[in-house]
Amino acid sequence: MAARARPLTGVHWAGAVLAALVALGVLAPLGAVLARADWPLALGPADLAAIRFTLLQAALSALVSVVLAVPVARALARRSFRGRAALVTLMGAPFLLPVIVAVLGLLAVFGRAGWLNAAVAAIGLGRIDIYGLHGVVLAHVFLNLPLVVRLILQGWQAIPSERVRLATALGFSARDMLAHFERPLLRAVLPGAFLLVFLICTTSFAVALILGGGPRATTVELAIYQAFRFDFDLGRAAALGLIQVAICLLGGALAFRAIRDQDLGPGLDRPAMVWPGDHALARFGDALAIGVAGLFLVAPMLAVLLKGLPALPDLPPQVWAAALRSIILALASTALAVMMALPIALLAARLARPGLVEGLAFLTIAVSPLVLGTGLFILIRKVADPVALALPVTGLVNALVALPFILRALVPAAMAAEATQGRLADALGLGPMARLRHAILPRLTRPLGFGAGLAAAFSMGDLGVIALFSQPGQGTLPLEMYRLMGAYRTDDAQGAAVVLMVLTLAIFWLFDRGGRLDAATR
Amino acid sequence: MKHTIIAAGLSVVAGAALAQAPVLTVYTYDSFVSDWGPGPAIEAAFEAQCGCDLQFVGAGDGAALLARLRLEGDGTPADIVLGLDTNLTAAARGTGLFAPHGIAPEGLTLPVPWTDREFLPFDWGYFAFVHRADLADVPRSFGALAASDLSIVIQDPRSSTPGLGLLMWVQAAHGADAAAIWDGLADNIVTVTPGWSEAYGLFLDGEADLVLSYTTSPAYHLIAEDDAGFAAAPFDEGHYMQIEVAGLLARSDQPELARRFLAFMLSPDFQSVIPTTNWMYPAALPESALPTGFETLIQPAKALLVPPEDAAAMRDEALAIWQRALAR
Repeated sequence: MAARARPLTGVHWAGAVLAALVALGVLAPLGAVLARADWPLALGPADLAAIRFTLLQAALSALVSVVLAVPVARALARRSFRGRAALVTLMGAPFLLPVIVAVLGLLAVFGRAGWLNAAVAAIGLGRIDIYGLHGVVLAHVFLNLPLVVRLILQGWQAIPSERVRLATALGFSARDMLAHFERPLLRAVLPGAFLLVFLICTTSFAVALILGGGPRATTVELAIYQAFRFDFDLGRAAALGLIQVAICLLGGALAFRAIRDQDLGPGLDRPAMVWPGDHALARFGDALAIGVAGLFLVAPMLAVLLKGLPALPDLPPQVWAAALRSIILALASTALAVMMALPIALLAARLARPGLVEGLAFLTIAVSPLVLGTGLFILIRKVADPVALALPVTGLVNALVALPFILRALVPAAMAAEATQGRLADALGLGPMARLRHAILPRLTRPLGFGAGLAAAFSMGDLGVIALFSQPGQGTLPLEMYRLMGAYRTDDAQGAAVVLMVLTLAIFWLFDRGGRLDAATR
Repeated sequence: MKHTIIAAGLSVVAGAALAQAPVLTVYTYDSFVSDWGPGPAIEAAFEAQCGCDLQFVGAGDGAALLARLRLEGDGTPADIVLGLDTNLTAAARGTGLFAPHGIAPEGLTLPVPWTDREFLPFDWGYFAFVHRADLADVPRSFGALAASDLSIVIQDPRSSTPGLGLLMWVQAAHGADAAAIWDGLADNIVTVTPGWSEAYGLFLDGEADLVLSYTTSPAYHLIAEDDAGFAAAPFDEGHYMQIEVAGLLARSDQPELARRFLAFMLSPDFQSVIPTTNWMYPAALPESALPTGFETLIQPAKALLVPPEDAAAMRDEALAIWQRALAR
């Protein structure tokens, strides 16, 4: 292919350096913990059980998320209706919620005292018990389904409309559409989305424990907590951290092998909404998918909103100060993450094996935040006071962790742009900078806006390493919310949760919307 | 230009003034330093009399605090560590980082004698199952709770100090029968949370009839929210205590100031802040000085406490029993 024969330019080399730095940013802290460990590293039977459970729940959660996301994304891609844009934004919210807020929202709907059980009791049926493996999967699907829907939707909207028009002219049936459009599209998007959700779920801890109903639901992350703070066994913590890296690399290798190029051929226009082979049953199915998913995703957030609203007017001023701190931190993290993601994505799009580069970045979500934070703490202590650097370090770590989300949105779009506009630009003999500016970047604003929105929202909502380095008067909004909860101030905490939810959603919406306003494709 | 010079001069002066005030670094758990905890009032009170700069550094909870200290070892900048409990002091002592406090504490109001040479208590509480006051058939023992249909939320001992406290409570009250008690409780436990906050939040949301907390929890609702609707269930076998302590680091560069702080810790200025910020009993304040509302709290018939060294030895086995019973 011509793309591979072209020389790499400065931006690609920057991407290579950044990718190496990102891997180093994960592996160096892990190494620092390892260096402090007593050898040999040993794992007990309880650790093996934790690894088994972690893999099982993460695989199930990712599978269910991906399977359910397909009809929802397809429905959203094919139908236009009033409030569609709002629904798409709102549906993205669960992913952005801090864990404890999401758990309390889910329990308000599915818990023992929740809406669902109240409804079931009203019609005289027995109680639905949410606690167990099914509860863990339900919660992880709630948190991650929106992410997968958006990633698939991104792919759907990249289908060139002349192709769709051609299919209409040729009288394609729904089956033809599946064979020629949807299957190749899903093969391109689903493995990466599956991997992303799988890896997010492997570091789950609080959600798995609370909804899993007890120590049966012990994950690797909880085992790391135990090793670190109950036994102070750094060797076990590091060994478990290494296993997370191994899971990530193995999962990455498998998932990226499964990805096939989205070989839809070049197209230069926006996708059409009219879908060949449409019929009444398809319309009904789409309405059902949107309705059910919308209800499932929005109801717990509504519960959070209803509980927190009364506390809003009297929230203590510290909450607003923390909110401002969180917004600034989120913007800084996002800027950093975007600056790292763009060159890495451009590099990945040029390589024969893009998965290799992206897989490195995925390490940042696969490795335990506790190991990462502890390792950073050990490293920073050698040169500076980690407590004084709490906010910058938190910002940096948030940027690293947000990177895979931006990349997953960006890399497929960058590959598509290379294959289409890139080829055209080469034929016109554009220089590297002009090529980037006129041919490639305009095709990336949309996924970039979406990815930046995810990164900003993630940084807003994540408790992150700040909890390990905290200092009075430096709390972020999630930390301040936890502090209110820890001081019995549940009402204020619920009010803070609403502030967090609304701000996070707003910041996500602004970026996502900004990307669409300026996009060459809509 | 002139302004810049003045500003530069001012910052030199300010820097010099700061440099003269000795800094006392106190490591503590995060909820202590938060605006809703005792930290801000205590910092102001001590700085008013010490001519120093008291700096709190927060680190998770008690166990995270100890882990942080072990990571830093001899190089720790901390002068004082405040917020370990007696389940952790044996391990803390084992690090060899702590120096004898050299204080003969007077006026301690703990229900148990205190003889520790390295650690001094600053507050304490009884673990208890808290419920809404209108709960029918409040259980009076672990056996009664296990036999009932009541639902409870507890914390994971691996990630939470109250969770570990519950393990020690069952162990101290039932010893050899601990496994049977946990087997009986398994079907009452709705779920296990990583920390106290999540468990208490779940309880308030109606997910369980009772939650593992403290006998002092109803005082928060009564005093801060004017809500008398909560109570703690008194258990016949007695209640396990959590005693929170502070210790002085041997490598402190401010040993004199640190000792002054420990003495201040046992004075009314510090102690009177505790009840309505940490919602625990102060360690050296007579009952008559407690805020109105505390007199309504249950008084356990018996205070249970496993000595630190025994607690450290029992811990792993108690955890194994707990995991076996709840993994079924």
